[in-house]
Amino acid sequence: MSEELSNEPATLGENVIAERRLNMIEAINEALDIMLERDPDVIIMGEDVGYFGGVFRATAGLQAKHGKTRVFDTPISECGIIGVAVGMGAYGLRPVPEIQFADYIYPGLDQLISEAARLRYRSAGDYIAPLTVRSPFGGGIFGGQTHSQSPEALFTHVAGLKTVIPSTPHDAKGLLISAIEDNDPVIFFEPKRIYNGPFTGFYDKPVEPWKKHPDSVVPEGYYKVPLGKARHVRVGEALTVLAYGTMVHVAQAVCEAKGVDADILDLRTLVPLDIKAIEASVEKTGRCMIVHEATRTSGFGAELSALVTERCFYHLEAPVERVTGFDTPYPHSLEWAYFPGPVRIGEAIDKLLKD
Amino acid sequence: MADPAKPADSNRPALALHIPEPKYRPGDQADFSHIDIGAPGAMARPDEGVHPSQMTELAYGLVRVLGDDHQAHGPWNPRLSPDTLRAMLGHMAMVRAFDERMFRGQRQGKTSFYMKCTGEEATSIAPAMALASDDMVFPSYRQQGILIARGYPLLEMINQIYSNRADKLKGRQLPIMYSSREHSFFSISGNLATQTPQAVGWAMASAAKGDSRIAATWVGEGSTAEGDFHSACTFAAVYNAPVILNVINNQWAISSFSGFAGGERTTFAARGLGHGIAALRVDGNDALACYAAAEWAANRARGNNGPTLIEYFTYRAEGHSTSDDPSGYRSAQEREEWPLGDPVTRLKKHLIAIGEWDEERHAAMDLECAELVKATTKEAEKNGILGHGLHHPFHTMFEDVYEELPWHLEEQAEQAIRERITKFGTERPFG
Repeated sequence: MSEELSNEPATLGENVIAERRLNMIEAINEALDIMLERDPDVIIMGEDVGYFGGVFRATAGLQAKHGKTRVFDTPISECGIIGVAVGMGAYGLRPVPEIQFADYIYPGLDQLISEAARLRYRSAGDYIAPLTVRSPFGGGIFGGQTHSQSPEALFTHVAGLKTVIPSTPHDAKGLLISAIEDNDPVIFFEPKRIYNGPFTGFYDKPVEPWKKHPDSVVPEGYYKVPLGKARHVRVGEALTVLAYGTMVHVAQAVCEAKGVDADILDLRTLVPLDIKAIEASVEKTGRCMIVHEATRTSGFGAELSALVTERCFYHLEAPVERVTGFDTPYPHSLEWAYFPGPVRIGEAIDKLLKD
Repeated sequence: MADPAKPADSNRPALALHIPEPKYRPGDQADFSHIDIGAPGAMARPDEGVHPSQMTELAYGLVRVLGDDHQAHGPWNPRLSPDTLRAMLGHMAMVRAFDERMFRGQRQGKTSFYMKCTGEEATSIAPAMALASDDMVFPSYRQQGILIARGYPLLEMINQIYSNRADKLKGRQLPIMYSSREHSFFSISGNLATQTPQAVGWAMASAAKGDSRIAATWVGEGSTAEGDFHSACTFAAVYNAPVILNVINNQWAISSFSGFAGGERTTFAARGLGHGIAALRVDGNDALACYAAAEWAANRARGNNGPTLIEYFTYRAEGHSTSDDPSGYRSAQEREEWPLGDPVTRLKKHLIAIGEWDEERHAAMDLECAELVKATTKEAEKNGILGHGLHHPFHTMFEDVYEELPWHLEEQAEQAIRERITKFGTERPFG
């Protein structure tokens, strides 16, 4: 196992307290707090993020601590939020705008795709857009079709954007700090279903809080989890699982329930992708399951499947399996029928392992 | 579709959809006597701290300084020194000479595209001169006058237009989409109105940092229909941002007249009032009025009195770009009938009228501009013209997508260079 695939964070602050446990919201709040403290150019803005501290409480207490010109509310205008963030970046600030739900990001797409993503390129480095757009994404909270989407593939398709999705409190903090320090625009999608606990997909079972999960141990102070490096969730031989966000936990739970010796990679960053980790795993197992909650057609799973097929074809012993949401809007009452849960994942595992 | 006709027993009148139509089309005799241009010097000049609600006349009328007698009139006269006026005239003449040469260069196949600003020179040059040189500008694509006024080298402009090996933007941008951080000139997008919230954001950042620099942005009247413009107005008003939102109302957005941006219903300046933003509507062919309006707005922003929206009422004398032929959609007489004249001629006549200029010096200046542009063009051509091999190395195509080259772009860069060897062999210089 290569060093970058270890379960440990790449760099740690000096004051590590091994048993300090946070949920994902607390970890994100702490990352923002640290970066506001460390870098006077970091500013946070978004709908309801100021005095109130955000609808998910991710920015709670930050305005009171750092002041209104560092953490403030914005008009309900995603185009405006991203657009002014690009201008602030050109000035020399390091904006961390929040889009309240990923489902609301679309009015800001032109500012992300045509502006933030291309600014460095089109100006040959004269100007950069070092923004980190935080946004809760994904379903499983009965949010209906406007509070449940997983639009990550829209952003992975755009040259110039980086897309990051944490799956644990530990990684959420370290990846967010890396994203904020990165000089390229980063889309930072937070799987809101696991803000408070690592959801396993068995929705009829009681929700486990983060404090019972080993990856809720979050070191104090500043540390980074590098962008572009996958996390080895579980080392195994039978098949490779490629997942990110909520689905890391769901896939892991299903593999455990079925007693499958899976090699599970939490991709953490979709662009840039840790292709070496993927190749090493698939070459070892010869079987690959890709799991995401987003709709299937042209989803990021299609890219992963193509890469695995192109690069590991002669190691494959079965066709690559994609387990995804269905190609429908996210339904409200039939949420669990849509969600790529244990049954769908279980069937894919059976198919992959049948010969 | 089902028949939508009203039931026979209904008394409701039939609705009618209005599709805006310009007054004149090709072949029509243009007559602009219906446009109320007011009188030079007639508008009051309020204190820069005035509340926007007191600016109705300024948002619906027209601030004018230069009269038919070529003298400066009224409280908006910026009282510029003859040296400043001559510098302004010189910049305008240079832009016109530059536009002529570059347009011809495109027709000769030296580049793919060009956009002139003929008739609109004052709307970029005068505001640029009224701003401090380190105030940040977020232009649209017809503000080459700002670069000229700020002393950006002509050679760099032409290198960019030719996308040659000396192009600082490495041949990545369509001609005229300049960028110069050194000149506080933001990278031009080409997507419309995206620069407007960016300018507001820059101004917000400057204010948040306790800086003294302000921002200004330029957008065409047609592009004010974009959501970005309205987001920009909202943010500018909400945060009282030190920003100037310049709307260049040149009457035409390619073939769509200003009515398709709402110009039949109200003025573009009036859009500011609804947002609680100070608003001025200015004769955009009157360089003194343009300067005075920009100076007023800059003073207002610097005094923490917030944003100003300025509508420059002008006329796009030429086509939208080298790809456009306006004879297909508008009357050829419009340009000559335009009631506000030509900005270069008006400023020239003013300088002559005050005894600070004459026709001989003007002719000499025009010649000097043309010669300088011609010589600089020849200099730039040594670095190549578009499509003639003297471009940046292939690998640069993959750089600056990210700060560091990720593995997939490394692979694609290798592929691009391999394809070039396959096509041309290793003899030909490449990469």
